[in-house]
Amino acid sequence: MRRFLNLPAVDLIFALVSFSAAFTVLILILSTILVLYNESSLAIHRFGLLNFIFTVDWDPVKEVFGAAASLYGTLITTVLALSIAIPVSIGIAIFLTEISPHLLRTPIGIAIEMLAAIPSIIYGMWGLFTLAPIMADYIEPALQKVFGDIPLIGKLFEGTPMGVDLLTASIILSIMITPFIASISRDAFNLTPDLVKESAYALGATKWEVIRDVVIPYSKLGVYGGIVLALGRALGETMAVAFVLGNKHQITISLLDAAATITVTLANEFTEADTDIYLSSLFYLALILFVLSFTVLAVAKFFLLRAEKHYQR
Amino acid sequence: MKKLTVSFLAVGFFTAGIADETINGAGATFPYPVYAAWAYMYYKETGIKVNYQSIGSGGGIRQIKNRTVDFGASDAPLEPQKLDEYKLYQFPAIIGGVVPVVNIPGVKAGQLKLDGETICHIYLGEIKYWDNEKVKALNPELDLPHKEIRVVHRADASGTTAIFTNYLVQVCPEWKEKVGAGKAVKWPVGIGGKGNEGVANYVKRLKYSIGYVEFAYAKQNRLKYTLLKNQAGKFVAPSIETFKAAGATAEFDPEKHFYLWMVNAPGENAWPIAGASFILEARERKEVNKKVNRFFKWAFEKGDEVAVKLDYVPLPKELKEKVYNYWKKHDIYPE
Repeated sequence: MRRFLNLPAVDLIFALVSFSAAFTVLILILSTILVLYNESSLAIHRFGLLNFIFTVDWDPVKEVFGAAASLYGTLITTVLALSIAIPVSIGIAIFLTEISPHLLRTPIGIAIEMLAAIPSIIYGMWGLFTLAPIMADYIEPALQKVFGDIPLIGKLFEGTPMGVDLLTASIILSIMITPFIASISRDAFNLTPDLVKESAYALGATKWEVIRDVVIPYSKLGVYGGIVLALGRALGETMAVAFVLGNKHQITISLLDAAATITVTLANEFTEADTDIYLSSLFYLALILFVLSFTVLAVAKFFLLRAEKHYQR
Repeated sequence: MKKLTVSFLAVGFFTAGIADETINGAGATFPYPVYAAWAYMYYKETGIKVNYQSIGSGGGIRQIKNRTVDFGASDAPLEPQKLDEYKLYQFPAIIGGVVPVVNIPGVKAGQLKLDGETICHIYLGEIKYWDNEKVKALNPELDLPHKEIRVVHRADASGTTAIFTNYLVQVCPEWKEKVGAGKAVKWPVGIGGKGNEGVANYVKRLKYSIGYVEFAYAKQNRLKYTLLKNQAGKFVAPSIETFKAAGATAEFDPEKHFYLWMVNAPGENAWPIAGASFILEARERKEVNKKVNRFFKWAFEKGDEVAVKLDYVPLPKELKEKVYNYWKKHDIYPE
């Protein structure tokens, strides 16, 4: 405290201003939780925590609400989108930093960043009008032909392909998060000192060996950071998936079936929710999403910090 | 910089100056185009601004309940007990119709005939193919294919769904028992499209599909609508006339604050799936209500033409009279 008081007036004011700016963030988060908890208290009392999380039913008419289907949809689309986006974006980053001719680097790099600037509603409309028909007419029947007869895996592609399903939603989501992972990975790869790379080449390493053994280990942390950022985005993305997921509260094994995510349920039903318990249940869903994203990001951050420490040693 | 501040202040005072000439409303999205058109015309004629935000019926009800707007709007009527609890008045302002649309190659608009029970069993998933006995019996002259029916419904909660499911509840006891009526229900079968545009898009794209949309969407997207058997036993096509007939024969009761689902109306020519959109006002604010009602009275008198142009159905004369009397009775009639 004394340290502050001894400062000249200007510095003191600046310290206070910047302190209150930083403190606002904390207050915002806390008050968000408080409001969410307060608004959802009716549903919390009525359904309890575990009962709510494990109930699949979502029936506004009979006023039975459960989060299981939405949670399932959120997790599946996020995992699927990440597993499509991670390899693609790391490929993009490697190409841009190590393989591509200089002339191509800037235009492709800008194009990737532009992809991140497209509003998500545009992705949603594009998904509904362009991607969904293509999925329904060509890609999904083809997938069914190839995988349909294989036991277990075939179950993933059951049903009539209509283009409104988990797979389409995950693909759109993966396109949305690709720029995050790609551009952060590219910057991380670029930080690898040329000296180290050149030493490896001098020892006779091939390009692939340099990428695998020098560049990627060196920039692992940056890549993880990009993935965590993308994960947060994927968990909370709303409009892009709202149009192509169908908002159907069910737990389905088939990827070619409609489902719901927490954000999709909120976007579809919040404006018209008229009974108190309905509205409260929607707030409860939002609270669960908040806690879920918070936990997932905290865990990711924890591993990131641990990796960082390990790396510095 | 100083100049900028001054001009900002000036703007602030200026807007504050006309603020009392503004009527604020919020609610249902379905009547938004027509309320906006009315508001624009009203402003040009009287200089009074009507600011209507289409945030959804649920939001409209909440805002008028908390008294943050001058009037709320809802596609679904509130029950009289609810109105007493929230201390609100309610009256209808505009009528709209919901239309079943199909995509069956070879079947033209207005050719397929359906009745409430058939639609109900299609949406329950019990009628699975287009050449089902019940569908065939209604359409002896059509050659219906043995193809699976692809059912499309709304993914989001909406007044359109509320009107449609209330109709099914009225005509089909099984629906009432298994699903019920509401803005969002637990659909037994089918895929969900977001918004009217989502449903219209799926029905256009998916062969052998059936869906339901607002009349304006069916008309503007040239979707193939079906004929429906009404309560009088006649097959009718969706049009402004048949919606009007539904509005004229529906028994709105001012004693119950017009609480009524306008479905399955008894008229000879009435389209069975129609619904009114309602205005909600706070009971204790007589002066504000008069201001709001002056706007709606003006709209009832001069706004019919533009409403029809936008594919909405103006209230029939008898119903307008009922609304005026309702206002007079509660002392909120604009002089």
